[in-house]
Amino acid sequence: MAQQIFAYIVHKEGVADDSALELLAAAKKIVPDASVTAIIAGSGGDVDAVCNKVAPSFQEVWKIDNDAVSYPNAEIIRGMLTRILPEGSIVLAAHDTFGMDLTPGLSIKLNTSYLSDVVDFEGVEDVNLKAVRQEYSGQVSTHVLCDLSKGIVITVRPGSFQADESQGANGQVVDKTADAMAGDLPGKRRFIEVVEAEVGEVDITKSEILVSVGRGIEDQDNLEIISDLAEAVGGDVSCSRPIVDAKWLEKARQVGTSGQTVKPKVYMALGISGSFQHLGGIKGAPFMVAVNKNTKAPIFQVADVGIIADILDFVPELTDKVNELK
Amino acid sequence: MEILVCVKRVPDTSENEIEVNSKGTDIERDDLVYSVNEWDNYAVEEAIQIRDNIGGGVTVVSVGDEESEEVIRREMAMGADKGILLSDEVFEGSDGKGIASILKAEVEKGNYNLILTGAQADDGAGQVGGMLAAMLDWPYASLVNKIEVLDDKKIKVGREIEGGNQEMNEIDLPCVLSIQTGINEPRYVGIRGIRKVASVELPVHSAGDLGLSPDSVGEAGANVKLIDYFVPEFGEGAEMLEGSTEEIIEKLVEILKSKGGIK
Repeated sequence: MAQQIFAYIVHKEGVADDSALELLAAAKKIVPDASVTAIIAGSGGDVDAVCNKVAPSFQEVWKIDNDAVSYPNAEIIRGMLTRILPEGSIVLAAHDTFGMDLTPGLSIKLNTSYLSDVVDFEGVEDVNLKAVRQEYSGQVSTHVLCDLSKGIVITVRPGSFQADESQGANGQVVDKTADAMAGDLPGKRRFIEVVEAEVGEVDITKSEILVSVGRGIEDQDNLEIISDLAEAVGGDVSCSRPIVDAKWLEKARQVGTSGQTVKPKVYMALGISGSFQHLGGIKGAPFMVAVNKNTKAPIFQVADVGIIADILDFVPELTDKVNELK
Repeated sequence: MEILVCVKRVPDTSENEIEVNSKGTDIERDDLVYSVNEWDNYAVEEAIQIRDNIGGGVTVVSVGDEESEEVIRREMAMGADKGILLSDEVFEGSDGKGIASILKAEVEKGNYNLILTGAQADDGAGQVGGMLAAMLDWPYASLVNKIEVLDDKKIKVGREIEGGNQEMNEIDLPCVLSIQTGINEPRYVGIRGIRKVASVELPVHSAGDLGLSPDSVGEAGANVKLIDYFVPEFGEGAEMLEGSTEEIIEKLVEILKSKGGIK
């Protein structure tokens, strides 16, 4: 296969995201021994630092260095990539909030196929790439075949591929800024600022025991059983996204990629199905207990101990028992 | 402001345990409870609030079979002014690009300033909004959790990014936004509201009506084909505690104590 493979790398404060070497691993799962070109956009010393850091791992590093992308505005970067990517390219990006912003439109502008949130690749058959995705919040997986012949844009779920630490590619950094900037860049979406998340009453990132509640709680009034258990075990209350969406708990208590990243010793997931976005916010391999009435809940795949029960019945009984023993 | 909201009828994962059928060709669809995709419902609520603040109209559109009528009517009961069903046998098997192409054809028949989609649906792809924007050559923002209309030419939007932070942007109209859950609190729809719109006429547009050639959409036009469904196995899986509730709790308390889960 003569198609060139690219990995778009996101970075912050001069450091490449963990997904960079995961994308390299993913590329090699598509084409063993693939030569992969990294693309890094940004401005000033940061972008140089990232380029130099990843150069040992990639065959080539394409640098786009301009103030227009000192903050990664996906509309502008899409325009730049459309200018520099050769026809028929295979383009990989992380399935994060930037990748989701950039890539669907990129596949249209490049006139390629598109696959998002891929968790595994199972080779190329004829002109078709066989990939694994998940549907229904991770309750089932699917195999999909995707036509590669005109190129493809793919987002890869962070954490799904083991980072490729092999290095030894010793890539050259190639400055693509002039080509990327040719003509008028998209200007219909203008970045203003990043508003930092509000600090909550409790800093759950420092908690050793988290009693975390999800959709299974059903009603705001039921939250009391969760705070009672948290108090009994000496932990803090955290939650999954639907609880914050419903405004039942403050955003600062949300665990997940769009909330807090926590690293407790013990994590109790109560009525939480376990979407990858939620699990992405749990680091440091805590001991995890999952209670859920849905036997198919993905949380049971990653928890250490699982209990099939309705939390509304189970949690008060557990709290009573813990208090009894004190 | 004329707003088009794209919605999808999906199995409700909070109401159902999704299982793969015996051949792995599909999920078990008997006895599934369907509803409007949760993200789309937030998008419709947002559109209604914008209209109520500054005027205009809200149209809800869905690509699907006649069963999708029910979710369109539900969103009309919420307060959308119009509903359109895009339905044709040749649409079956469309991939994300196919769906975006069908929607684009409908968008071009109207005079919309703003198009909203949900950030994702049951397949978790999150692709249609971004593709539609690129096809129309309109600006796009994904994962939007705040919209402020500045004037009739531009809006200010917040995007949810990592760590609970919010990325603020100014975007020129017309544009396409994908809406994240939590942007608002969708209103409750009662039986009476649904009854009110039950007999409102719902236009149905086919491939022919939209000027789409059958080989550009559906299975014929799809680059991505789903081969099978299977139950994922990753990790070793949890040790499941079994027995009476009393026995389970006893075991769990012991385990929690040994792991530092009780202070």
